[in-house]
Amino acid sequence: MAEYQKVYGIGGEFDSAGSLMQAAEKIRDLGFKKWDVHTPFPVHGMDAAMGLGKSWLSGPVLVGGATGTLTAALLTFIPSWGIYPMIVHGKPFDWRVLPAFFPIFFELTVLFAAFSTVIALLVMDQLPKWYHPVFNWDHFKKVTDDGFFIVIEARDPKFSEVKTRELLESLGGKHVTLIQD
Amino acid sequence: MANLSTDSVTLNTPPEMQRVPLVQNQRSLSWITEKVSRIVEEPTPIWWWVAFLLAAPLAMVGLFCIGYQISNGVGMWGENKTVGWAWDITNFVFWIGIGHAGTLISAILFLTRQKWRTSINRAAEAMTLFAVVCAGIFPGIHVGRVWMAWFLAPVPNGNAIWPNFRSPLLWDVFAVSTYFTVSVLFWYTGLVPDLATLRDRAKGKVARFVYGVFALGWRGSNRQWRHYEMAYLLLAGLSTPLVLSVHSVVSFDFATSIMPGWHATIFPPYFVAGAIFGGFAMVLTIMLPARLLYPQLDDLITRQHVDKMSKIILLTGTIVGYAYLMELFIAWYAGNKYEAFTFFRARIGVDNSGWYAWSYYCMMFCNVISPQLFWIKKLRTNYVAVFVVCMFVNVGMWFERFVIIVTSLAQDFIPSSWRHYSPSVVEVWTFIGTFGIFLSLFLLFMRFLPMIAMSEVKIVTPEADPHHHKPDGAHSNGDLH
Repeated sequence: MAEYQKVYGIGGEFDSAGSLMQAAEKIRDLGFKKWDVHTPFPVHGMDAAMGLGKSWLSGPVLVGGATGTLTAALLTFIPSWGIYPMIVHGKPFDWRVLPAFFPIFFELTVLFAAFSTVIALLVMDQLPKWYHPVFNWDHFKKVTDDGFFIVIEARDPKFSEVKTRELLESLGGKHVTLIQD
Repeated sequence: MANLSTDSVTLNTPPEMQRVPLVQNQRSLSWITEKVSRIVEEPTPIWWWVAFLLAAPLAMVGLFCIGYQISNGVGMWGENKTVGWAWDITNFVFWIGIGHAGTLISAILFLTRQKWRTSINRAAEAMTLFAVVCAGIFPGIHVGRVWMAWFLAPVPNGNAIWPNFRSPLLWDVFAVSTYFTVSVLFWYTGLVPDLATLRDRAKGKVARFVYGVFALGWRGSNRQWRHYEMAYLLLAGLSTPLVLSVHSVVSFDFATSIMPGWHATIFPPYFVAGAIFGGFAMVLTIMLPARLLYPQLDDLITRQHVDKMSKIILLTGTIVGYAYLMELFIAWYAGNKYEAFTFFRARIGVDNSGWYAWSYYCMMFCNVISPQLFWIKKLRTNYVAVFVVCMFVNVGMWFERFVIIVTSLAQDFIPSSWRHYSPSVVEVWTFIGTFGIFLSLFLLFMRFLPMIAMSEVKIVTPEADPHHHKPDGAHSNGDLH
């Protein structure tokens, strides 16, 4: 079949977390941008080796947690002050009741923050994803077992089918393969 | 999780100070994947069917009893007027407490960098969820008219009625539902990379599809792991105060009342310690048989793990014992006549005046004396001894709640309102039924999901350390025997 097939990138397998990290440092220093390493577990120090900074996932979580606190404040104070003032044990129902609402403030803060964490994770990791070209590479299945991979994407300006292959091979990559989209 | 990577053993460390490896026999990464995934992939073993066919009918009996009570009303419970909270709230507090160990292992031990948690956290978290499911049943049906349970939620309704936000019972609704939801989120987040492993190994189309859907298309890329680790850390950070708050709020149900025996400021820390204590006992009660049934996991769940969990049981059991004694001291020192009566007569049974004094001694023996055996190292690493002590603790922690609730309510302020309490048949079978529900859910979990967090255990192997140099002769694929 002479059908046109788009190239996604070139991938290579490395035999250990250590060699993967050294290769990643080299690729980072060569100025590649659109590439990724794939590992069965998070490798300590890989973010720096890839030139990635700290994850800013905590930002949305802070916003989510603050929303939770605010929701709890409105939820407890609006009925208490306005629409359903309830006098229990002869205790006040104005601002002095605040300590009695702390458990609800706390719980809703945690609940909203936890949901924001998971939602932010899904958004930032672009999950769920039904299809990804890396799975077209049969060998890639090992990534969730004991495989360490580097994939350089074709959309990287420095990408070249010949030179990138040579680069990965020179860094110790095995089974270097062209991945179709 | 990256911060959990293995310490590289320096050559200068004297042999007696080197750490015992968490994964024994230098198992390779693929060995871990193979052994843990195989449990799910193998044909269902016969013992599983035997266990399931024992647990599932019990669960059905429990569900039948729940239906029976809903259709006939809470009069089916043996609670009479003054003892309005009895087995139902005892069981609720018992189950919710058990859940705490799972969150402690997954969150607090994560923040404190206790790497040994990795091989037990998945199963313990699952246990948390199932225990909270069992716990939720009791207050749910105890409200009497279950179809009105939505009144617990603060939603605008046609009657313009709002719940009392100052009631600890309402705090409980928020605390328990938040706890369950956050535990599910945490558990599922941890499962995603392992579900991807099962997806990539799946032979059948259905399995690959189902695991694939739940794995969300995870591909282990470092750009994903980066956010994933942050999310995991944040969830652990959120769960840590949460787990401490849940049993504190449960204890407020008692502590904010004026019942002698309940009205005590020591309750929140005492309940939290008790929850962790009872929870670890339940984790071991489940893990020890599981370990026996899956001997291939010996290298992952080692004697070291059992030893450490026993130490936590010893510590928390001793805290609980301190709380019991402090309650007695305050009952004497504070000079409140009613409190003194509850503790010294209703509970300890001075002058044979405590109807339920036997339950107090049962609690004291199981919770305070039995865990003291764990001072002896030989007993901490002897599985039979650990199992026996854990069974005592399970019984003792149930009795603790029974003592708190029943001794206070059965013999309270006015002798004319004293009532004896005994559970009804429906009540007893509902409780037994929750064990059926718990075990059935756990057996299903063992069958369909990876019992051990593979991606996390891999981090604690020496191979995971990027600065690790393989010793001569070792090869990454290892032998799979």
